Amino acid sequence: MDFEHESDDPFRDDEDDPDAHLSLEKESTKEYVVYLVDASPKMFTSTCPASADDQKEESHFHIALSCISQSLKNQIINRSYDELAICFFNTREKRNIQELSGVFVFNVPERDYLDRPTARLIKEFDRIEESFAKDIGSQDGIVPGTRENSLYNAIWVAQALLRKGSAKTVDKRVLLFTNEDDPFGCIKGAIKSDMKRMTLQRAKDAQDLGISIELLPLSHPSDPFNVSQFYAELIGLEEDELADFMPSSGNKLEDMKDQLRKRMFKKRIVKKLKFIIVDGISIELNSYALIRPTVPGAITWLDSVTNQPLKSERTFICADTGALVEESTKRFHPYKNQNIVFSTKELSEIKRFSTGHLHLLGFKPLSCLRDYYNLKPSTFLYPSDEAMDGSICIFIALHRSMIQLKRFAVAFYGGSSRPQLVALIAQDEIIQSGGQIEPPGMHMISLPYSDDIRLVEERHSEKVGMVTRASNDQIKKAADVIKRIDLKDFSICQFANPGLQRHYAVLQALALEEDEIPEIKDETLPDEEGLARPGVVKALEEFKTSVYGENYDEECEANAKPSEASKKRKAQAEVATKECENYDWGELADTGKLKDLTVVELKYYLTAHNLPVSGKKEALVSRILTHMKK
Amino acid sequence: MANKEALVLLLDVGPSMHSVIPVIEKLCSMLVQKKLIYNRHDKVGVVLFGTKETCNELTLELGGYRHVVVLKNLKDVDGDMVEALQKLPRGTKDGDFLDAIVVGMDMLIKMYPKANKVKKRLCLITNAQCPIKESIEGTKEEQVTTIAKQMSVHGTRMESIIVRGKLCRKKANKSTASENHRLLNIFSKETSTRIVYVGNPVSLFGALKTQNKTPHTVFRGDLELSSKMKIKVWVYKKTIEELPNLKKCYESPDIVVPSDQRVRGYHYGPQIVPMSKVALDAVKFKPEKGVKLLGFTNSSNVLRHYYMKDVNIFIPEPENTNAMLALSALARAMKEMNKVAILRCVWRRGQTKVVIGGLIPNISDKENIPDSFYFNVLPFAEDVREFQFPSFSKLPAVLQPNQQQLEAAANLVEMLDLAPCGKEKALLPDFTPNPVLERFYRCLELKSKNPGAAVPPIDETLKKITEPDSNLVLKNKSVIDSFRRCFEPNENPRHKKLRRLLLEKSSSSEEDCNRDITPLPSNLIKVKVDSVCNPTPPQVFEAMSGSRNTQDSVVKAIKDTRNKIFELIDESNDGDNYPEALQCLTALQEKCIVDQESEQFNNFLRRLWNFDRNLQNFRGYLASRGLTLIPKAGFLDSQVTEEDEPKVE
Repeated sequence: MDFEHESDDPFRDDEDDPDAHLSLEKESTKEYVVYLVDASPKMFTSTCPASADDQKEESHFHIALSCISQSLKNQIINRSYDELAICFFNTREKRNIQELSGVFVFNVPERDYLDRPTARLIKEFDRIEESFAKDIGSQDGIVPGTRENSLYNAIWVAQALLRKGSAKTVDKRVLLFTNEDDPFGCIKGAIKSDMKRMTLQRAKDAQDLGISIELLPLSHPSDPFNVSQFYAELIGLEEDELADFMPSSGNKLEDMKDQLRKRMFKKRIVKKLKFIIVDGISIELNSYALIRPTVPGAITWLDSVTNQPLKSERTFICADTGALVEESTKRFHPYKNQNIVFSTKELSEIKRFSTGHLHLLGFKPLSCLRDYYNLKPSTFLYPSDEAMDGSICIFIALHRSMIQLKRFAVAFYGGSSRPQLVALIAQDEIIQSGGQIEPPGMHMISLPYSDDIRLVEERHSEKVGMVTRASNDQIKKAADVIKRIDLKDFSICQFANPGLQRHYAVLQALALEEDEIPEIKDETLPDEEGLARPGVVKALEEFKTSVYGENYDEECEANAKPSEASKKRKAQAEVATKECENYDWGELADTGKLKDLTVVELKYYLTAHNLPVSGKKEALVSRILTHMKK
Repeated sequence: MANKEALVLLLDVGPSMHSVIPVIEKLCSMLVQKKLIYNRHDKVGVVLFGTKETCNELTLELGGYRHVVVLKNLKDVDGDMVEALQKLPRGTKDGDFLDAIVVGMDMLIKMYPKANKVKKRLCLITNAQCPIKESIEGTKEEQVTTIAKQMSVHGTRMESIIVRGKLCRKKANKSTASENHRLLNIFSKETSTRIVYVGNPVSLFGALKTQNKTPHTVFRGDLELSSKMKIKVWVYKKTIEELPNLKKCYESPDIVVPSDQRVRGYHYGPQIVPMSKVALDAVKFKPEKGVKLLGFTNSSNVLRHYYMKDVNIFIPEPENTNAMLALSALARAMKEMNKVAILRCVWRRGQTKVVIGGLIPNISDKENIPDSFYFNVLPFAEDVREFQFPSFSKLPAVLQPNQQQLEAAANLVEMLDLAPCGKEKALLPDFTPNPVLERFYRCLELKSKNPGAAVPPIDETLKKITEPDSNLVLKNKSVIDSFRRCFEPNENPRHKKLRRLLLEKSSSSEEDCNRDITPLPSNLIKVKVDSVCNPTPPQVFEAMSGSRNTQDSVVKAIKDTRNKIFELIDESNDGDNYPEALQCLTALQEKCIVDQESEQFNNFLRRLWNFDRNLQNFRGYLASRGLTLIPKAGFLDSQVTEEDEPKVE
């Protein structure tokens, strides 16, 4: 796959590569999550529409389960080092370390209650609804007359599950799914306030231990979930946060998944930066990677027979003496017929300018930021007052001025891997239907140097007077096309990466031993139907006639001037096909005489059959054999 | 080699150029260095004009062409040439650039009489302030036109780098300058000539380029607006990171398990799922090669920070007028309507990757360059992480800037201007060289002569890239001062987190401590900055003595503080860090006295004075604040005698 890449070059090591970062700090950025799912009868009887255009209603219990299942499938691919437990409360059966009633921890063999997700967990969890009534059972845990408190028990169990790991290095979270906004509604009098107090205290104890409790409420449009009834206090919502808590949520399945996904993403600071604005005034910024290419996980090489992982070992052998060397710390660059050797220290000295700081150089109008000034994904900056008071204040003041004056800042970033000029663009907050689409802050864009910019246009510039520009009429025709094929609501989150999705689907199918690989819809293909609409076709036709003329023949154009290279390639293929016929390949293969042929001869076969011709002789032979199915 | 280049450098070394010759020396020697690395078989010749002497073939053959010296005849690049370019002679006469151009062309034509595959290139660096000689027959214009036509016939390209503005000491004669400008423009019209005007040393440094690798097309074929309407395009990389490619000194041996006995495994939770190449090939995503239009959208929907990678450029298939027209119409319509086209691209056959990107019109303002498009890759849904950040408006009022502060900030943003109207824009990426590369090449040259040579310091000219321009700062002193006044000093005295960090560090093993103070490897620089960046040491000490007052932690704290002080002084600009450094020193002194570590402190202070000869200021500052060595008399363990006291002038 094209996704693989290796960066061994010291000038290429990218320190703010979030994935490299992740693997470095696996420990400190781990996350432990307990999914706490209400299994009371009300969860089974209440429903809400599955999706906007679907009339089918689904039970709240089902919605919670499919959300979790979806998130598990994502987690196992993206963040499989994070650990989780799934725990139901208001159950008939009990299973937990403390032997508390009404709480059931779901698990599969070869796995602790709180552990990394496994294929088996996902597989059995997907089937849990079939056997739920039989094995676990739904039963209200808070009923008048008893002092049983299943919610209290549930939080206690969750807390016990999250006992392992230090709060310093692990984020511990409880995600609570319920549709009961008033869990103690059926209890009266002093007992009620008593139970309420105890439950809140239990939650507070957990929070004091560094566990955050988050609520994912389910409700029906006609019967909204009232957070202020009880849960606001439990999860510690402030008065002014109440309004934002349930943004326009009809609690459809999609919304719920979306909410869960958003909450599952944990902000991770890539780096803390000191931004020197003028002499004597600097502020602290945190950098975040909001946009980074996602790639399939790392490859582990396995022995093809045993499927055991292969250990990768590196020994360095001195090219001169053949002796084993401890480690390769030196590198060389050929120059003037000699190899100039650099030590790692010298290389980092070459790259050292102003250590790790961001130094403001000045401002320019946004129109100066050309569209080809780009090399890699941007990095997001948000101020922090942690180390330096006033950082936020100064940042906001600059941010506002930059937006008003339509200017961006130019700064020098003395990062240790690649010191570079950067553009800082102030981004105003964008909120759409209650959600933050673009957070407020600045985007840091690495600018190319003159060495990085190629003069392609100049290289292909034409001789005098050869360039023709479109006429106004042609431009108008083009404008018609543009109006017709308009993506009004285009958003960058619109397309899933089909290659990646396919890879995940294959991986999941293999791991869960599913028979079929689910078909992935390639969302990136053009909308053929839309393009076939008469209006669009007509506009395109007119544009075509206007720029290409009436009697334009594509075939003729295509065949008119095949390039030198393609001519050559074609000629070669012809020769190869001809030569290829002179051999009895089947015979040669059967008698094992292929290896007696020369590489040139082997390549006749490969070229004639349109196969790659790269590799050593053995590779060529085996490729031929594979192709002949022998 | 088909892509060999023959380049003649035409350098003006007349008196008015003397101030910029040092930059030209660096620029040209680096060009030859790059050729030594990437295009060793290219030929370079060097012609100087404005010299006192005259030395060229034309003057022998035809007479005239005075004050033009062929410093190096066209030959394969070598180290000798690098050295020659590093010490160019200074001339004493006003140079005639036209003479130099003719001499250069003559060299190229004599070496390559036929228009063969060698790329012929002239590169003129001058300030074009001296008039060219009147010609014997016809006007100057006619003369230039004839020469330009000749150049065109021989397929020679020319680049003119014209130095102007502040870089020229001498008051330019306006009429001469405009005449020369007009004459040079004739070249630009008649031939493929690039004229570049540079007004500061940094952009002069970045103005001359050499192609390290022949660019290959990323894609050649149809830009499909629909299945019926297609435009023939070529796609190239417009930007690509230029980095040296160093190899490891030691090779790792052959892999024990041969590739056909290995199989890829991907993690699925704790399990590893094997995926054989055959299986993978059978099921993997195989999109069809092609570049297809999805639609157009408002450019406001494609924000600048979505751009993911280096940039591609779509140009019309060369010599295809239809394609040129179609792209031109599309680009101009899109520009007018402020639209971006969204494309789906699979560049090569058999590629398993699809990219989505935005096609952005690039309207050409040059007569001989067709309209084209830039293409930026945009993220997929998986690539975007939706982190939420607090709205600025919802932050507490104390964090909000007041009116005065807003004005100060607005003034700064307005006045600290790198792109003043009507003047040359500073730090234009197209003319800003990479200071790391420059330093690398310089280091390479030094090491080629002496393998043990130390890494040279950053080039003075290029400091304008890494640090604010002092002229600009000086010009806007009042704006900057009022900005500084408006935002009070911002050190946070209650730096809890950092304190905790330091505590954790101090409790770590002795080995760690030692490693922390070893100077400089790059990976530690980060640690160092993170850890001792901003605590005020008194707090650090308090925190330490408060909880774990072990011997080690004290030693560690002293070391930390020492590092911090070195760093402060190192970074100090006009003494602005001195008060803070003094505070650290005082705290350290106190601590050392209490812990009977006076010797440590005194040693440190002595070292500090030797740290940098320019530290006189700091010594003076310390003395004026009464900080000295811990005297022996007062404290039992100190061994200072009177002579040891620093003598402060």
